[in-house]
Amino acid sequence: MPSSNPLPLTVAPPSHNSLARQGWRRLRRDRIGFGSLCIVALYLLLAMAAWSGLLARHWQDEVAKPFAPPTLFANLGPQHVELNAADIDAANQRRRAAAGSDSSAATGLDASEDPLAADMAAAQQQAAQYHSEEAPKADTLPLGADQRGRDIRQKVLQGTATSLLVGLSGALLALTIGTVLGALSGYFGGLLDDLLMWGYSVFTSVPDMLLLLAFAAVSGRGIGTVVVVMALTSWTGSYRLMRAEFLKHKSREYVRAADAIGASHGRRMFHHILPNVSHLLLVQFSMLTVALIKYEAILSFLGFGVGITQVSLGAMLAEAPAELLQGYWWQMLTVTVVMSVLVTAFSLLTDSLRDALDPKVK
Amino acid sequence: MKTDTGLESDIVTPQPPPPLLSVRNLRVSFHDEHGHCVPALKGISFDIPAGRTVALVGESGSGKSVTAMAITRLLPAHGCQIDAGSEILFAGRNLLTASRRELRQLRGADIAMVFQDPMTSLNPVYTVGEQIIETLMLHTRVGRKAAYQRAVALLKEVGLPTPDLKMSSYPHQLSGGQQQRVMIAMAIACEPKLLIADEPTTALDVTIQQQILQLLASLQKKHGMAVLFISHDLELVGQFADEVVVMHHGTIREHAPVRQIFEAPQDVYTKALLCCRPHLSRRPARLPVIKDFLGEASYCEPPQRQRGYLPDDEVILEVQNLSVEYHSRHGWFGKKHCCQAVQDVSFKLMRGRTLGIVGESGSGKTTLGMTLMRLQAASAGRVLFAGHDMLAMSPRQLGDYKRRIQIVFQNPYASLNPRFSVAQILTEPMLLHGIGRDRAERLQLAGNWLERVGLSHQALGKYPHEFSGGQRQRIAIARCLTMHPDILICDESVSALDVSVQAQVLNLLQELQDELGLSYLFISHDLAVVKHLSDQVLVMQHGRCVEQGDADTLYAKPQHPYTRQLLEAIPQSWPHNFKPQVA
Repeated sequence: MPSSNPLPLTVAPPSHNSLARQGWRRLRRDRIGFGSLCIVALYLLLAMAAWSGLLARHWQDEVAKPFAPPTLFANLGPQHVELNAADIDAANQRRRAAAGSDSSAATGLDASEDPLAADMAAAQQQAAQYHSEEAPKADTLPLGADQRGRDIRQKVLQGTATSLLVGLSGALLALTIGTVLGALSGYFGGLLDDLLMWGYSVFTSVPDMLLLLAFAAVSGRGIGTVVVVMALTSWTGSYRLMRAEFLKHKSREYVRAADAIGASHGRRMFHHILPNVSHLLLVQFSMLTVALIKYEAILSFLGFGVGITQVSLGAMLAEAPAELLQGYWWQMLTVTVVMSVLVTAFSLLTDSLRDALDPKVK
Repeated sequence: MKTDTGLESDIVTPQPPPPLLSVRNLRVSFHDEHGHCVPALKGISFDIPAGRTVALVGESGSGKSVTAMAITRLLPAHGCQIDAGSEILFAGRNLLTASRRELRQLRGADIAMVFQDPMTSLNPVYTVGEQIIETLMLHTRVGRKAAYQRAVALLKEVGLPTPDLKMSSYPHQLSGGQQQRVMIAMAIACEPKLLIADEPTTALDVTIQQQILQLLASLQKKHGMAVLFISHDLELVGQFADEVVVMHHGTIREHAPVRQIFEAPQDVYTKALLCCRPHLSRRPARLPVIKDFLGEASYCEPPQRQRGYLPDDEVILEVQNLSVEYHSRHGWFGKKHCCQAVQDVSFKLMRGRTLGIVGESGSGKTTLGMTLMRLQAASAGRVLFAGHDMLAMSPRQLGDYKRRIQIVFQNPYASLNPRFSVAQILTEPMLLHGIGRDRAERLQLAGNWLERVGLSHQALGKYPHEFSGGQRQRIAIARCLTMHPDILICDESVSALDVSVQAQVLNLLQELQDELGLSYLFISHDLAVVKHLSDQVLVMQHGRCVEQGDADTLYAKPQHPYTRQLLEAIPQSWPHNFKPQVA
């Protein structure tokens, strides 16, 4: 028997040439894939810095004048003019002077006729006692400011962090639900499959957006809610995919071989089949992440998204229509560029990863 | 169609007449992922005379299919390079420089092809008739009505019953053999001068294979076509080829008339190919492999092995009246369909012996194997393994018995998990059955088994895709051996392998049986292979056992007509075959 002759163990440890290592080498060779990986990694780093408060902690501070333009394009947009009470008074006075009347500034009445004149004078006197110190507000910012004068650079960092968090965790949750149910359904078939398929049909017969809004409406606002709501509505695609894959793989010879050596159902499902469909999961994950970032935008736009004390790329986009009408383009441009670079890099990375991790490619 | 008569008259016909097709110095190379050049054909030259049959024989990777694709210019445009000095002359025209228009006219009309798998070559959404009519109308100027008439005549010519009805059938309504007949009808529709048949019978059952070969031979004579017949099976080719070209690694090893190839082969590789395949009339203790012929000393056949059950053999597995039914039902309230896959099969397997199970596709032989593994539920009968009924055991009781009966599947490309390293593949069964104390010991054991099946320790760190088919089958065998089984079910385990590799794996199985006292249940459609390895043989047809008996007796005096039919279907081309010397 071979067991009786102990040979010097010259076994190359399996990790030496493992699939992950081979995949990494293939990914390194793929220029586009590696570039995308760097971009996604950069985004994730920035997002982590923003979550931990290292970056963009003070994104809510109103550091500039409202709608301060980007520094490079200071003269390219409409110049915002801030009106205050003094301006209105001056305008009224001009109007009165033109009309030849001398009624009081605010009401158009004579000082003697105005019943509130005394109160107003008292109030003004009191106000003069307090000295409010206003921080100097910037005229321009590198990427401009929004309507409250918040720095778009900081806002977009914080927004990206939120959107990534929502997208990634939502996709992960949806994928987990879809994979577990799909695996059970496809692998065991029969009554369980019928029941799960019924549940699936019920979910998909309701329009997606309606379901999303219904869930969002009953569960209030906040990042956690958004993640759960989106996962609950978007597991169906991966369920269907995984069900089909498990159905296909369970009769493959390698799974039968696993049965023959005595592997349990759970082991066959998650130890043998799952790694073989993992490249599909990866693709599904990236598509879901991208889709959920978009869903989050829609939810935020409709007022069911993240809370008002938080900001996300979607919430920023929601401000865009009103701003664009007045010609303030910088917030929208920034969000669009940041979002499309992220989404494109993510998709390209997924493609390359799938190629790199496929063991059949030599 | 025959517009090239002028072309032909241009060529002054010396003696002998110019070949219909001549391949000159054909060099083809492919680019792999890293941009390296991998030569597939290393400058081959051969001729196909008009009206003759030339066979291209070789194992996988020899370049025979690449040759056919180069002739029809079907090689992929990217990643493939044909050397500038190559020439393929068809009736005086160089096909490699012909324009797309010329090629379109030639393909289908003057050069026709029949592919290996008729199921994927026919379009499933069109009827057979429409597909033949399309071919006819593309290449000949006939109306739809005339094309229909011609199509019916063609179907009749290729021997399909009720050709009128078959015209309106869809491909899935025909059997594999009938589909291949339709493919042949389409190929000969425009009376081609050259028919390229690429492994046309490989996907078919042995009896059907014979019929298709005879059809091709008769059509070739009737229409005076030249045929380029591509096959991996030298014996098969011997039946109707005029000349044989033996290919190996992109070169031509031998090109000779068929008689010479079979009776006095010159090249060692040809000799090896002839001898590696198990033969009905001989049963050497060890099959020759190619390496035996490449050495300096000439090969001597080892003594013959005697087979058969002996009276004092111990019964290890007894199957009594086993039946398996498949049930299917459309929807929840649909009618229940029942299909008898195995009916009332009984046999005994002795310790250290081999029982061969022979049958064509659909005979239930694979289902039988699966049922013995309990991968498929039985509907009736008993399976006594060392006296205990396996079918009546609870899953817990079954645990240990499951270890003792193992299976080697047909397709070594599918039966190993592509995401597992060889170490994982081999240690998992040990882990599940508690063999070996820890991971290090299991790795040690796995390495030892790998050495036993002829691979090195280094293979442990690799993945299945890094191995060839034969090596993968060795890994699959090693996986079974790690559990110390008593019985090994080999379900077509060598059918997907090349002839030379097949011999190696058969030798390995034999050595393991001698060394470890394994009992084999050897399931195959290949009667010669079964005879080589089996002590007793069971012939199955439509789920029933039609004949069972001692291997030598059964092959010498078949009782059942079906057994005789199977035996007659084995290609036995040349009575005075080249034989190795007997030691």
